[in-house]
Amino acid sequence: MKFAVSKPGTTVAIKTGEWRSQKPVVDLSKCIKCATCQNYCPEGCMGAPGNGPEIDYDYCKGCGLCAQECPVKCIRMEHEIKIVGKKKA
Amino acid sequence: MAIRTMNYSDAIAEVASYCKVEVIASYPITPSTPIAHALNKIYVNGGFPKFITVEAEFSAVSALLGASAAGARTFSATSSQGLMLMHEALFSTAGMRLPVVMAVANRAVSSPLNIWADEQDSMSQRDSGWLQLYCKNGQEAVDTTIQAFRIAEKTMLPVMVCLDGFYLTHTISQVDVPDKDKVAAFLPPYKNPYVLDPQNPITVGAYAMPADYQDFREDLCTDAEAAQDTILEVGKEFGKVFGREYGLVEYHNCKDADRVIITLGSVCNTIEKVADSLRARGEKVGVAHLRSFRPFPASDLRANLAGKHVLVVERDVSPGGVPPVYAEVSEALSGTGSTVSVAAGLLGGREAKRPAFESLFERMKQGKVKGWLCSKDKK
Repeated sequence: MKFAVSKPGTTVAIKTGEWRSQKPVVDLSKCIKCATCQNYCPEGCMGAPGNGPEIDYDYCKGCGLCAQECPVKCIRMEHEIKIVGKKKA
Repeated sequence: MAIRTMNYSDAIAEVASYCKVEVIASYPITPSTPIAHALNKIYVNGGFPKFITVEAEFSAVSALLGASAAGARTFSATSSQGLMLMHEALFSTAGMRLPVVMAVANRAVSSPLNIWADEQDSMSQRDSGWLQLYCKNGQEAVDTTIQAFRIAEKTMLPVMVCLDGFYLTHTISQVDVPDKDKVAAFLPPYKNPYVLDPQNPITVGAYAMPADYQDFREDLCTDAEAAQDTILEVGKEFGKVFGREYGLVEYHNCKDADRVIITLGSVCNTIEKVADSLRARGEKVGVAHLRSFRPFPASDLRANLAGKHVLVVERDVSPGGVPPVYAEVSEALSGTGSTVSVAAGLLGGREAKRPAFESLFERMKQGKVKGWLCSKDKK
């Protein structure tokens, strides 16, 4: 009898950043630290409000919401070139 | 035990309360409605802790899936389009190994719209992973409902108790309703090994990558097949406690028979009567009632029907192919020297009277039977 059961924390172990095809890149000189990107980020991987964005690329899926919502347009999405084949976490 | 004259649906609901069902979720659909109605009546009088009135059948089975994962004993009733609306979640329930029990009041499927009996609805859920037990009469429906919980919870597989709509849901007749305390003693408490608990969080029905997925499905198939042993064991045990023993197939005068009709559901009663009258005239005919369709008791059939002329009577179709029970019986008896043929029909409540089956037994003498059962097309 097999049960497909998992313990909590799979989303920590699985580095969802590997799914990304585009990467947000921040121009910190233009950033006004308004925290809009940090509040919108569905993965919560842009750091804490108060500071400018500190993107955790291990989990950023590259959805581009931050770039879309940034009021001063200091985030741009760049095509990402990655080597296919993954390292075990 | 007490013989009572009552509606079969009321009897099924009453024994469900004896089985200490904790959560019910159901949406009314003919002909399962009287069961849901009776369950609700018991609920408002305190017979069940929870009855979730859902907005559709997909929610009904999904609610039970969750309740069962949280460790509750669950029950529902549905029919036809309702069962088909459950389709997706039926597979999840079985795959997650949750022992939900459901009464399926068998009814035709649209289109054309029809509310009367046949078995196309449950047959369409054949590959869902649910065990399917078919009942011949109201007594079997009551007894099978009790056994279903024990079978489900031992095998950790969901079970459908299949009842021909109207014949086994709206009929008022005598039923031997088992004793409440004996039923409670017959069913050990439900223990889910991976219970959903906020204090100790887990994910059930988790994601399986290509490396693992097939292992789960293989395991499900192996366990569903092995459920035959559990059904036999529970049927025997039930016989010891309540005096009525059950197996996978019920053979009626099959031992020395050269011609056997195998069927499932309430139509079996009429065929048995016909076979008895033919027996009295010296014809060696028998009837087999396929109580368990999932798991399919292939070796049981091989042991008992090898070499005989077997005719499958089934109330379902598979457009563009052969009907499902015939396919299974043919496979089970292949290489045994048996002749297997099929008469499918009696769809959407079309009734067959005794002469129809007398003629079937007669036609079996000429070899394979061809054509529909009780078709208006007389050729």
